[in-house]
Amino acid sequence: MLAPDLHTDPMVPVLARVTRRIHELSDIVTFEMEVDGWQGFAPGQFNMLSVFGVGEVPISISGPLSDRSKIIHTIRDVGPVSHALCALRKGAVLGLRGPYGAPWPVEAARGRDVVVVAGGLGLAPVRPILYELIENRDRYGKVTLLYGARSPREILFAEELGQWRSRLDLGVEVSVDRGDEHWHGHVGVVTGLLRAADFDPANTTAFVCGPEIMMRFAANGLVEAGMAATDIHLSMERNMQCGIGLCGHCQLGPVFVCKDGPVFDWAFLKPLMAVKEL
Amino acid sequence: MSGAAAKAGPVVIDAGGFDALIAALAAEGREVLGPVKRDGAIVYDAISGQGDLPKGWVDEQSGGHYRLSREGEAYFGATLGPQGWKRVLHPPQQRLWRTEGTGENTGIIAEPLDTAKRAFIGVRACDLAAIAVQDKVLTEGLYKDPHYAARRENLFIVAVNCTRSAATCFCTSMGTGPKADKGYDIALTELEGGRFLAEAGSAAGEARLAALPSAPATDAQAREAEAGIAQAAAQQRRIDTDGLPELLKERPDHPRWSEVAQRCLNCANCTLVCPTCFCTTTDEVTALDGPETERVNRWGSCFTMDFSHVHGGAVRKGAKSRYRQWMTHKLGTWVDQFGEMGCVGCGRCISWCPVGIDITEEAAALRGSGG
Repeated sequence: MLAPDLHTDPMVPVLARVTRRIHELSDIVTFEMEVDGWQGFAPGQFNMLSVFGVGEVPISISGPLSDRSKIIHTIRDVGPVSHALCALRKGAVLGLRGPYGAPWPVEAARGRDVVVVAGGLGLAPVRPILYELIENRDRYGKVTLLYGARSPREILFAEELGQWRSRLDLGVEVSVDRGDEHWHGHVGVVTGLLRAADFDPANTTAFVCGPEIMMRFAANGLVEAGMAATDIHLSMERNMQCGIGLCGHCQLGPVFVCKDGPVFDWAFLKPLMAVKEL
Repeated sequence: MSGAAAKAGPVVIDAGGFDALIAALAAEGREVLGPVKRDGAIVYDAISGQGDLPKGWVDEQSGGHYRLSREGEAYFGATLGPQGWKRVLHPPQQRLWRTEGTGENTGIIAEPLDTAKRAFIGVRACDLAAIAVQDKVLTEGLYKDPHYAARRENLFIVAVNCTRSAATCFCTSMGTGPKADKGYDIALTELEGGRFLAEAGSAAGEARLAALPSAPATDAQAREAEAGIAQAAAQQRRIDTDGLPELLKERPDHPRWSEVAQRCLNCANCTLVCPTCFCTTTDEVTALDGPETERVNRWGSCFTMDFSHVHGGAVRKGAKSRYRQWMTHKLGTWVDQFGEMGCVGCGRCISWCPVGIDITEEAAALRGSGG
């Protein structure tokens, strides 16, 4: 974490340099970047990324876990700033502040089964969880990744998913909302995969990331499967201008999503997410 | 503000003593700000003595209504104007940094801190409480706003205890006034005949007071001051805060939210005049004649559509959810976040609401079943 200090301004970014650009999907780009003095991050944390002359947005960190020589961000082109970010090329300079936010409690899941449910771009913020689980595979019980994409062409990190699927110690299932003539896998919402997943609900930690409606269905499905709401963790998205609890935009009831979250458990979130336009 | 509590008893200073205080603060290199009458309202601006104060003016305030009129001879007869001290400590616009050069040669130049020394004259108890609330939000968390902290550090505060309240005031209910009890260097209570009962609240204040021409306060003068403060307390409206945070959080679908949304214009006036509202929105400002850019914070408001915008649209699309967010935050979730309410009872949001929405009335209505 950056050290809070009265005389350093947490709103002033440091310079980052793009070292590699990977065009993932039509509207999604992954960047590897380097920052002097980067001290690493915990899975689930995010950085505030700036394109000079355009603006700043929060972007979750999608890897790597233990290599501090680079930072990986996977970005969807949805607004003016993310559009400018996605247009950056190798060698480009951008601003970076972070890492911010409360991480996924991955290490608290040691000795337990782990279920990761991700939808769409939601695979990016949970990818560091998979890295931790794989790196310390013997410390966890059964590990299941359930991933949902809109169509086969919109499956993120397809090559890596293939590698994970080929491992005997990971259960990886992918579902698409709409298949095509080449798709022989599951069709339907990702929560449909829960029924066949192999985990002990009394001794499982779940990490869920994706669109809010998908997370609600996934969390309810996990509770129906017998899990405790306090064992189900979700990552929330809200407007963030500062990332450090000062701008007020990301409030969700009693919390600031940026500093108290973005990861919260379902026991806390369920009543808040039941309120329309909270 | 520093040091131990004052030991000396209250003294009385006259208008000449007041002028000597302002002159002494100015001689320390301080920008001295106090209430002045401008454009039909009381605002805070540079003052050089009692001659700049709005002597003989009082305010008349109610829902959506603010007028000044001639009455009496008091220097501090008019209570709060629209602008709190937030305008100075947490200004409407704050540059954060700017760039020089581009690409590999980009340099990020942090905005220098504002280390100017200031003195605020005539800070009311509610506004003192509001400054304390913003201190907590902006300087006591994991991350601090260094610009606010720098301005705050070099501040000398002369409070004025209210001896008259506006009809919109409810500081007594909020436990913040009308008498200042902490957070000041010197507190004044205006007496008849243009004199002030003065008490020190810090070592700096005590030293400053000791250097002024003054006389020890008599018992009669102390009683006069207390009677004035009691009179101000009696002139106020009330809000029942008992159990209010839980009640607000438990009633997000109360019909009253929809009713108030019918009247609320989403104009954001309440958030601008509120002395505790701290939200900011960050803007990118680019030069027309070059590649340089700067990042600027401006006051944000939860009443605007873009405040809660995420990919796919605003989270709070309607007036109902935006008013609910503002009021529930002030009187409810602020307690979860910072251990106290975010409302100090200044009543500005009532007077400056163009349609006269009254937070005390809304809170009372939310206690009922609605309909």
